[in-house]
Order: sequence, then C-alpha cells, then structure tokens
Amino acid sequence: MVAASIKAVSYYLPSERLTNEDLFAQFGTLSPAEIFKRVGVRERPIRGKGQIGSDLAFESSLVLFDEHGVDKAEIDFLLFCTEGLDYKGPATACIMQDRLGLNKGIGAMDIPMGCAGFTNGLAIAKALIASGQSKNVLLQTADIPSSVIHPGDLDLRMLFGDAGASALISRCDDQFGIGNFVMGTDGSGAENLMVKRSNTRTPVDTKWLEEHKAVGGLEFGRMEMNGLEIFSFSMREVPSLVNDILAKNNLALEDVDLFVFHQANAFILKMLARKLRIDNEKVYNCMEYIGNTVSASVPIALAKASKEGKIKKGNTVLIAAFGIGYSWSGTIIKY
Amino acid sequence: MELDIRGQELLLSIKMTIEDFISKLEAEFEDVEPGTLKAETSFRDIEDWSSMHALIVIALIDTEYDVILSGTDLQAANTINDLFELVRTKQ
Repeated sequence: MVAASIKAVSYYLPSERLTNEDLFAQFGTLSPAEIFKRVGVRERPIRGKGQIGSDLAFESSLVLFDEHGVDKAEIDFLLFCTEGLDYKGPATACIMQDRLGLNKGIGAMDIPMGCAGFTNGLAIAKALIASGQSKNVLLQTADIPSSVIHPGDLDLRMLFGDAGASALISRCDDQFGIGNFVMGTDGSGAENLMVKRSNTRTPVDTKWLEEHKAVGGLEFGRMEMNGLEIFSFSMREVPSLVNDILAKNNLALEDVDLFVFHQANAFILKMLARKLRIDNEKVYNCMEYIGNTVSASVPIALAKASKEGKIKKGNTVLIAAFGIGYSWSGTIIKY
Repeated sequence: MELDIRGQELLLSIKMTIEDFISKLEAEFEDVEPGTLKAETSFRDIEDWSSMHALIVIALIDTEYDVILSGTDLQAANTINDLFELVRTKQ
C-alpha cells in the first residue's frame, strides 16, 4: 500500500520577543515567575511590523529547503494553513506558489484552521498521497495571534506567540510513516474561542475602530477566549482522542515513545498527562520560549523534539491537536 | 428524627467524602493551609483566587472523580459544598 511520511519539518520565529518582564512592566499584576508558573511560557515570538502569517510561512519554507536540501521542483501540492489569510480572494496558497517559485502544474489550497490545523492538513496531505494524486506535499502552517489580541488582555498575551512552520510530506513505500487519523468537530463551542469582528458576518466598522483607537484599532478583529470552557473541552475530548488514535492504530499507551500535543499551555499538557496516566517526560513541552503558536505549534514541537534527540529513528510518536472550532484530530507517526 | 444505622452510615460516608474533597482541594492549592476550607466556604473568597484556581478545580474533579465540569457549571456554584453536590449529581 502507498504510504506517506513526514520527510522534513522546519520553522521560523519572528525576531521580536515579548517577555514576562515586559508583561509585568506593563500590567504590574503577575510577576514574571507567576506568569511562568501559570502558563509555562517565558518569552513569545511576535511578528515584526507589517509581517503576517504568510510571511512567516514563506520564511519557514526557505528554512526547510535550506536545512533539508528540499528540491522545490519536486513539490506537487501546496497546502497553506492559517486563521489569518492574506485576502478573502485569491487563496493565499496561490500567491505562495508564485512567491516560492513552485511549479505551475501543482494544486494549491488554503486550510483556514487553527490549533488543529497541522493535524487536519496532514490528514489531507496523506489522503492526496494515498490516492496517487501527489508525491510531495508542502504543508505550511502559520499564525499571528498577536495581531488579534487586545493589548490589555493579559491572559491571552501570556499564552500566544507568532510563528510559521513548513513540513514536507512524501510518498514512501515502507511501514514507516503517518498512521490512521481520528478527527472530531463540535461547532457548538465556536463562541468560546473566536476572533470577533474579523470577517464577513460581523465586519469591523467605524464605530469599532473608533472604540479601539487607543490600542491601534484592532482592525483584524479581537480574539476572545472563555478559558474555563476551553479547558473543560480539552479535558473532555483529548483523552478520548488519544485512546481512539491508539485503538485505530492497534497500539497501547505503552507503545508510544513520545506524545506531541498541541502546545496549548503547560498546565493543560500537565493535566492531560495526569489524566491519561502518562509520565510528564513522555509529553513533549517546548512552550518556554515559544508559547502557543496555534497551527504552527505541533510541527515546531516535532522539529524541536527531533533536534533534541527526543524523537529518534524507530520511535512511535502520537500527535494530537485540539482547539478553536472546536476541532480536534491526531494520528501516529512512525519514525 | 433519629437516623437508623443505614442512614447514619450514609451520612458518615457523605461526610467523609466531603472532607476528602476538601482535603484534596487544600492539597491542590499550594497557598491554602490544611484545615482552613469549610463546606460553606465561598471558593472565590479563597485568598488570591484566580482563573488558574478555577482550572485547578476542574482538573482535580476530573482526575479524582471522573466528572468534567463545564465553565457554566463552575460559574453557577458558590460554595465548596455546591461543587461537591455538582460532582455527586454528575457522577
């Protein structure tokens, strides 16, 4: 059977940083140590002036081509995933094809998904390969949550960072690769994590811009999160997601060498480990200097874990992502 | 009204359970001294109460009692006893 594997992953972090010291200086409430204790983050990368998601994705693909010697002429499908597209039309993936200098004979599509964007995109990439349509899919995931966070919203500013990531998913003919997927959707939770006033249903108007003038207008809308509901959702759905992924791939919990979850916040990662009765050591956490980078969080974690030697050849890794939508998905990757 | 033996046992088991619940809460909150929380304590009045504590409560109840409270559930509760009752009815 035709199989697909993640051949290479790279990421790009914008150079600006928001530190806990910066937040303490601005808010004067939680000390840097208390912020770290709450969310497990010390610094977050923040986009440069005018930099948007596709810019970070573009840079991450250049890193991918360079770090892994990827021949871009071999890419025959491009998937661009973000919650912050360049335009309502055309698709950002079309612009990206030209910008990256990819072949014209390729498919290019956007996936406007958030936290579960990488795992959802990976399922599509695998399907494209398994169907024989493609051999090498470039999956870009990039988000700039800082552009839709009210500067006075400490809870969100503590958590989120801006980043882009690129993964090359290729056809392979051995037993290594991407396993069976489990996916889930519950749109009844949409309001609990939403970028308000961000698109066609409730566009930004002059009144909104005037109201938010002091904080730059919030012209892309404002992210609002009901933290309690999101946490409750995560604790409800993710353990079942993990168990379903194991069942669908005929594996037991002990067969997994590393669990790479969406880097939502360190407390959620810790509580998931506790609920699933997995050693904290087996739940990868790279949030300290990156934060929650939405759709880029899982590929960044995979790239970092590989670099740190925490993912080695022969390992079985479970990836699972969850959040805005609600949307959740995951699979097994055999290295 | 005097309780029969079964009633007394039931009462005892409930009492033990809420005591157990309270001691688990106290153990979970680093800045709370053991023995300071009561069933009638309004949990939002706990010193330095924050949104983080609310998450800790949801996580504790989930991992210890296998009940997942929603944010709405938690917002409707005031005292520790309210939480305990919520867990009991949902179990």
